[in-house]
Amino acid sequence: MTPVATTFFFYFLSGLAVLGGILVITRRNPVHSALALILTLLAVAGLYLMLYAPFVAGVQIILYVGGIMVLFLFVIMLVNLDRAAKEDQFNKQWLVGMIAAAALLGLFMAVYLKGKYMFPIQEAQLPEQSNVQEVALSLYGNYLFAFEIASLLLLVAIIGAVVMAKKRI
Amino acid sequence: MLDYIKSYLDMNATPGQAGNFFWATVYIFVVFGGVSVAVMAMNWLERKALAHFQIRLGPMRVGPHGLLQPIADALKLLTKEDIIPAQADKFVFWIAPLIILCASFTVYIVIPFGPTHAITDLNIGILFMLGVSSLSVLGVVMAGWASNSHYPLIGALRSSAQMVSYEVAMGLAVVSAVLMTSLNKTGTGTLSMIGIVQAQQAQQTWFLFKFFPLGFIAFVVFAIAMVAETNRAPFDLPEAESELTAGFHTEYSGLRWSLFMLGEYAAMIAVSSIAVTLWLGGWMRPFPHLLAGETWDLVFSLFPGFTFLALAVFCFIGVARMPKHPYFRVQTIGLAGFGIVLGLIGLTLFAPPVRDRVFDIYWFCIKVAGFMYLYIWYRATFPRYRFDQLMKVGWKVLLPIAVGVLILTAIMGVIW
Repeated sequence: MTPVATTFFFYFLSGLAVLGGILVITRRNPVHSALALILTLLAVAGLYLMLYAPFVAGVQIILYVGGIMVLFLFVIMLVNLDRAAKEDQFNKQWLVGMIAAAALLGLFMAVYLKGKYMFPIQEAQLPEQSNVQEVALSLYGNYLFAFEIASLLLLVAIIGAVVMAKKRI
Repeated sequence: MLDYIKSYLDMNATPGQAGNFFWATVYIFVVFGGVSVAVMAMNWLERKALAHFQIRLGPMRVGPHGLLQPIADALKLLTKEDIIPAQADKFVFWIAPLIILCASFTVYIVIPFGPTHAITDLNIGILFMLGVSSLSVLGVVMAGWASNSHYPLIGALRSSAQMVSYEVAMGLAVVSAVLMTSLNKTGTGTLSMIGIVQAQQAQQTWFLFKFFPLGFIAFVVFAIAMVAETNRAPFDLPEAESELTAGFHTEYSGLRWSLFMLGEYAAMIAVSSIAVTLWLGGWMRPFPHLLAGETWDLVFSLFPGFTFLALAVFCFIGVARMPKHPYFRVQTIGLAGFGIVLGLIGLTLFAPPVRDRVFDIYWFCIKVAGFMYLYIWYRATFPRYRFDQLMKVGWKVLLPIAVGVLILTAIMGVIW
């Protein structure tokens, strides 16, 4: 089936993502910020769908929205919100932050202006029908080593969390 | 225009795959309406069945045998005052039931009621279902937090912990079933819901019996996890009425509360459909290979009609047993009318063109209905878990079993 109104959906989803991102840093209430972040993540999942990557979109929703953000909210609900809301939202490192942001903006502009010459333009392939299989083949074939290293890192993180949480092992 | 509508009927694909907007809209409305009616029926059945488990009568007043009770309840809920607590976070409070409702209804897009009777077939079908249904945790958390009250907050905390924990075991059980689709030299595996049922068709077995007892154990793990996932007894700690009043929706009333209920029951039907699709052969009729052939096809395709005729007969028995008092006259006439309608539906289902299109849906729905009855049965039978027991079952029993089954399934798939 051919896609419909791709331009509209692209700008709609990008707009939602940007709006969510702005809300994340401007809301005083951390729960509202977390909810705005969920909006951004969902919009990005929609963008993945538009790029013919349904598997990535599905994983994005399951892991980030269904898992990580729920844990975020879980933790936020346990902390004392009244005190957190009164504290200063923006800390003293604004100068460093500005430099980092400016550097990132420069990078984006460079890609936007020069990207056409730096990367070859290819017709988008449509592996929609076998997206999962393609991802699996590359993950467990060409990129098996990187995949295993990533899982090892996660294992280390889990062990670290257990060691920190448990007094007596 | 008419050709556009008619052309789909010969296409032998789901409306989503065929790209037919008209039929996609029709299917969406039919599924949405059907699920809503099923939720109402389930509501009535749950009250009646629970009552009979406890040797009570249940609703008897509104309509014959309380048949109109769900409609009366819905009207009551619609006309109740809509209260938002003064200290509540208005926006989050308002949007939480909508998130639960949307999450539980969106998953119906990929549920295959028949080889062509799904709104669409996604390449990531089962992943989509798990992902979207996991969004309903957000609704629960938001509802509990936004109410700005102690019981809802505790309920929401319990609920999010429980749903996140059981999702892991559930996902692993699903993976072991998905792994089975690729085995036995049937080509590559698939995540698409229709593809999973077709794999069972090709391998001539339900995945429940595949690599016995591996498929069965995975199914049991899923069946336990799905009860916890939908917050139903015996895992209904988020809304344990003896400790938390009504859990995360204590502060909700009227229409918003009914949206929570609608979402909960719709989610129950949705996860039951996942179980049916993955392990119980989806739309396949019983014994499609043992009892193959034209005659058996005919016999099994007559079941839907006979079911409705049997329901009609029950209605007429009810009519005959009604007290002969003027007070009951309206109810008697109503029940007889309902019986006639059911009988007419049953007769329509015998017509060959209808029969061929409907009997897939019938077998799917019968299997799901079995699960729905199990939910009621659990609720009437099992005492509620304590929270630490619940976590222990989730992490220390179900998760290791699910991982073990997954590994064994993979090994079996290689050496088979």
